[in-house]
Amino acid sequence: MEFLLAIITGLLYAAGLYMMLRRSLVKLIIGLIIISNGANLLIFLLGRITKGHPPIIPEDSKIFTEIYADPVPQALILTAIVISFGLQSFAIILIKRAYQVVKTDDLDEMNTIDEDIK
Amino acid sequence: MTEQLLLYPLLFQLLLAILLMFFWKKIDAQKVISIVGGFVAVFLSGLLFYEVWTSGTQTVQAASWKAPFGITFVADTLAATLVLLTAIAGLAVSFFSSASVIPARLRFGYFPIYHFLLLGLTGAFLTGDIFNLYVWFEIIIISSFVLITLGGEKAQIEGAVKYFTLNILASIIFLTAIAVLYGLAGSLNMADLSVLVPKLENRGLVEVAAILFLVGFGIKSAVFPLYFWLPASYHTPPSAVSAIFGGLLTKVGVYALIRIFSLVFTNDVFLGQVLLVIAILTLFSGGVGALVQKNIKKIFSYLIICHIGFMIGGLAMFTKVALVGTVFYLIHDIVLKTNLFMISGLIYRIKGTSNVKLLGDLYDKYPKLSLLMFIPFLSLIGIPPFSGFWPKISLITATLNTNNYVLLALIIVASLLTLIVIAKLWSEVFWKKGKELQPRLHFLYFKKMTRAKKVQFVLPIVMLAGVTLYIGFGAEHIQQVSERIASELINKQQYIDAVMPQTE
Repeated sequence: MEFLLAIITGLLYAAGLYMMLRRSLVKLIIGLIIISNGANLLIFLLGRITKGHPPIIPEDSKIFTEIYADPVPQALILTAIVISFGLQSFAIILIKRAYQVVKTDDLDEMNTIDEDIK
Repeated sequence: MTEQLLLYPLLFQLLLAILLMFFWKKIDAQKVISIVGGFVAVFLSGLLFYEVWTSGTQTVQAASWKAPFGITFVADTLAATLVLLTAIAGLAVSFFSSASVIPARLRFGYFPIYHFLLLGLTGAFLTGDIFNLYVWFEIIIISSFVLITLGGEKAQIEGAVKYFTLNILASIIFLTAIAVLYGLAGSLNMADLSVLVPKLENRGLVEVAAILFLVGFGIKSAVFPLYFWLPASYHTPPSAVSAIFGGLLTKVGVYALIRIFSLVFTNDVFLGQVLLVIAILTLFSGGVGALVQKNIKKIFSYLIICHIGFMIGGLAMFTKVALVGTVFYLIHDIVLKTNLFMISGLIYRIKGTSNVKLLGDLYDKYPKLSLLMFIPFLSLIGIPPFSGFWPKISLITATLNTNNYVLLALIIVASLLTLIVIAKLWSEVFWKKGKELQPRLHFLYFKKMTRAKKVQFVLPIVMLAGVTLYIGFGAEHIQQVSERIASELINKQQYIDAVMPQTE
């Protein structure tokens, strides 16, 4: 399981970076989304995966008696997902607006601000 | 009552932002609330600073969950100082925004978002939890995205795409670093981490986490190979927005670097070397970049990058004297860079352009204003007794103590480059005989403004110039504050004890 997740995380990072290096705006945003999913999986993976042991103390005991899954990484991922959802929706509006204003999807042509100003 | 004092600056900004949203269409009411709120925020932050100064580091455990388990808010002297500076710069920019930002922008929620940005900044300085720091960073960037795109001009959108991409990437790298660190140490509390990380066996992975943090914060603080988004975007929004960005957004990255590398990853020779090289290259490339620019705001953007190098250099050496220099420079730089961008906004309003080639004879037409602008320029170069001079003494002493002669040379070269840039700017913008420019239609020139509005425009610049003068002439006080901060950073045990009192 860990091995599989590690490979998937690596793939997501690689695919995300590849997409970000493309010139198209849409691919750039897709790349960002993929890479942030990779980061979420990485938190999940590095927080140690424990199957079938919810972090609930048994009724007849005051402390954990056996191994349990760490709930913190899941809380972190949830927070990160919510935040990145907000950012992604902003990003999508931004590229739509950018396309309307600049009339191109090509990042190399978005260079008018580097030219001399009036 | 008073033990919660450190949350007041934070909660007050949140309250202000929410309150402002109820006055969505009433811009005049928003202006008043924002400015009055700015004064209250300065008062609250001042109170917090006084409390920290007299009775040491303050902590609040959120929901009373004891330290390594809950989220901790910590105000040591560094955090309290930066919160106070945020409030001061925030007040000045509130003033400046109410005069300089056009109503069309204000109508789309400029002020509420602006106060959310200040909330994020205050939170980032006060938190003692590394994941919480990430959340504050996200609040900062999402409000800054709105501010940078508000208005939707072509240049703004183009700048925003670059700003947006790299800042999100920085956040993802930061999140990756947190994941690695949590996997290694199993804690998110910075004080707890500073106990756990030195004991870890897997040094290789610790180093990886450290470098990931360095890259993530490095993008945000615009250090050498990672700064290209800054000059591509900072000159596009209105000057009031550039002012708060230039003054505080890169500095919060520097703050995070100082915090992480003084608390969690300490005594690491390799990291020290990396930081040193970064500092040297940042000083050089920022200075040279500023030389060739023609847009005033772009010149100032490159100067931001250049001067980040001083702070990183001090952090790289990590001796007490070096940290005093870093902290002093940080304090001086926040006030100064905010002021510089407001000045660029004033020049733009006077002449209708930011192009150095077209500007001219400002000194002839507005001698008093020119002299006012001269104060920040002198402080920027660091002519004694102005404020830029004092931290450089500490930094140069530290380079001599630690035999970092290359850094010493670059500090001097960067100061010289700053001098050349400002001298060029002064002769081009203020002394040169200007061309007669075609008057722009629908453009509110400074001379056509009402007297009240003119005052509102110049007052924040006067205010921050006053603070700069105080930092320069009252350098002894700032030096005391910096020395205390530096000794707190070096003896991290007192920070750990303040957060987790039960540990020995």
